Amino acid sequence: MRRPIVGVMGVGTVAAVLLWLAFAPTSVQAQAGAQPPSPGSWARFTVPRTTDGHPNLNGIWQALVTANFNLEDHEAQAGPYTELMGAYAGEPAGQSIVEGGVIPYKPEALARRKQNFENRMKADLSNDERWHDLGDPEMKCYMPGIPRATYMGFPFQIVQGTADAILFTYEFASASRVVRMNFKQEAPGDFWMGWSRGRWEGDTLVVDVTGQRKETWFDRSGNYHSEALRVVERYTLVSPYHLMYEATIEDPNVYSRPWKISFPLYRRMEKNIQLLEYKCQPFTEELLYGRFRKK
Amino acid sequence: MTRRSLMSLGGLSVSIALVSLWAVPVMGQAQKPAAPTRAAAPAAKPATRAGAPAKTPWGDPDLQGIWNFATSTPLERPAIAGEKAVLSEQEAEEFAEKLAFDLTRDRRDGGNAADVARAYNEHWMDARRLEILADKRTSLIVDPPDGRIPPRVPLTPERKQAAQQLAARAARFNAGMPESHEEFTPPVRGIIRTDRPPYLGTIYNNTAQIFQSPGYVVILQEMIHSSRVIPLDGRPHIGSNLKQWLGDTRGRFEGTTLVVETTNFRKDLGAVYGNANPETFKIVERFTRVSPDALNYEFTISDPNTWTKPWTAMVPWTRITEQLYEYTTHEDNYDLVHLLVGARVREARGEKPPDPSSRPAGGGGGDDR
Repeated sequence: MRRPIVGVMGVGTVAAVLLWLAFAPTSVQAQAGAQPPSPGSWARFTVPRTTDGHPNLNGIWQALVTANFNLEDHEAQAGPYTELMGAYAGEPAGQSIVEGGVIPYKPEALARRKQNFENRMKADLSNDERWHDLGDPEMKCYMPGIPRATYMGFPFQIVQGTADAILFTYEFASASRVVRMNFKQEAPGDFWMGWSRGRWEGDTLVVDVTGQRKETWFDRSGNYHSEALRVVERYTLVSPYHLMYEATIEDPNVYSRPWKISFPLYRRMEKNIQLLEYKCQPFTEELLYGRFRKK
Repeated sequence: MTRRSLMSLGGLSVSIALVSLWAVPVMGQAQKPAAPTRAAAPAAKPATRAGAPAKTPWGDPDLQGIWNFATSTPLERPAIAGEKAVLSEQEAEEFAEKLAFDLTRDRRDGGNAADVARAYNEHWMDARRLEILADKRTSLIVDPPDGRIPPRVPLTPERKQAAQQLAARAARFNAGMPESHEEFTPPVRGIIRTDRPPYLGTIYNNTAQIFQSPGYVVILQEMIHSSRVIPLDGRPHIGSNLKQWLGDTRGRFEGTTLVVETTNFRKDLGAVYGNANPETFKIVERFTRVSPDALNYEFTISDPNTWTKPWTAMVPWTRITEQLYEYTTHEDNYDLVHLLVGARVREARGEKPPDPSSRPAGGGGGDDR
């Protein structure tokens, strides 16, 4: 089945082509013709299916976009504390993964993003009421929420069996979320990884995510949301090795209209690929709690 | 979101509550909503032919589902059970009553402060935690036959020193005088808890959801929220220089039983069960679905540098129709800061941490009990 060109391609496209060339079996190359595939177009392929007839999304997937630095366009830049980190902290350039390029913030909501960015490396846990006021949750090793978990630069695994739920498990912070299929019950509370309910629309897995904690961010640039966040994700296989990811984000408290991001996810093909642990609490504890240690 | 209310307990109560946080199981670190009304249809029954265990379409025994493994039956046979491995109907009734009594606020032998701590703990109690095993065994341990963990072997000087360090930390913690975040056990820091094998029940979150896909079984433990991905394709373990808090797990089916071996545990204090030697610690777990709603979870632990012989326990898991909810610790770990701030206040008042040799080293190692 031929797929339409989906969404805005990020810098990962070049790598996509390279991965494609490196791993695509000869028969697929033949189907694609003598020319290498063009970024953003997908060769005809047979969708692998589970026994219930739905596309089989099982596998370990990873994004190659640099959106975790900024969902919008970003130049290469020095990271924080260059006097300590030198070029180690440098951040790569990347093109926006937002449809239309820019997140449609309400004018009054932009100041908070700037403030978030300026305070992204700070934390002050000395007051319970202001516990979450400062700092990028990623820096504090907090679970990243959706959609950020998808493009953090860590792999995640989809486990799709015959249960009435599909598991998404992420390497970053051992975060997990259960996507309950055709499940009616609304979010019974707020969760760092939200409350995910899925359904199939044709060959696309659509996941409706509500009940997310208001404290998560979208990136290291301070892009944010409120407790009214709703994210609708769409996962569509576009080749045996690529899963197109699209998310529609709405939050009337912060944005003037719903907006969309999209990018491809790449199947990790190392023969011994497996999720390893990234339990980062010990990496951030000194920053969070060091001031409370015995002098 | 309901805030945990440790700070609402007054002076002495706090320190007693902290004792219970370390030595008895653990108080509320969860943010667990009240059980909601389930709107969806009950989980699909696995397709079983009469007498045949359910299989997935790709031919593996089907373990999928949401399972609970809470029980009041202790890992080791308690003295009140005497020599008995299995109790009669009447004996079981008394045994159950006594165990439940010991775990709840009904027990009143600790003074006012302990009463408050127990009442607080009870708020978090998984009701299934107050029931003994249906088979009326007096211990989860089935081997050795005395139902007890075999004696420990003498420790090397290095490990003795590590044990003393752990005991000193535990004593400072119990006295409300931890020196730094590094002194807290992995569960208090929200790194690992009962999601690290062996899976043994505790006060709450004794729930796991098993997922399967071709080539994998994945166990999502509610506790901590980590998923243990178990490849079944016979691949070798990760390199011996790669260590993980949950170790590195490989599995295979032997008949209808999923056999799981885990190695590559980290060396951090409290990372491996029972403060065993992570280099020689071995755990083999066996999951067997014995009926649509029951699964037997059996594990064998061995470490010649820690115990004189291997030992095995069996915990029945029961299929439930409730859901699993996200558990978090680290993201809202207010109590960790309260404990450290409290310790600094005590120091400023001139209080001294206790001498660890003067009190029993209760708890330690981060194992929930």
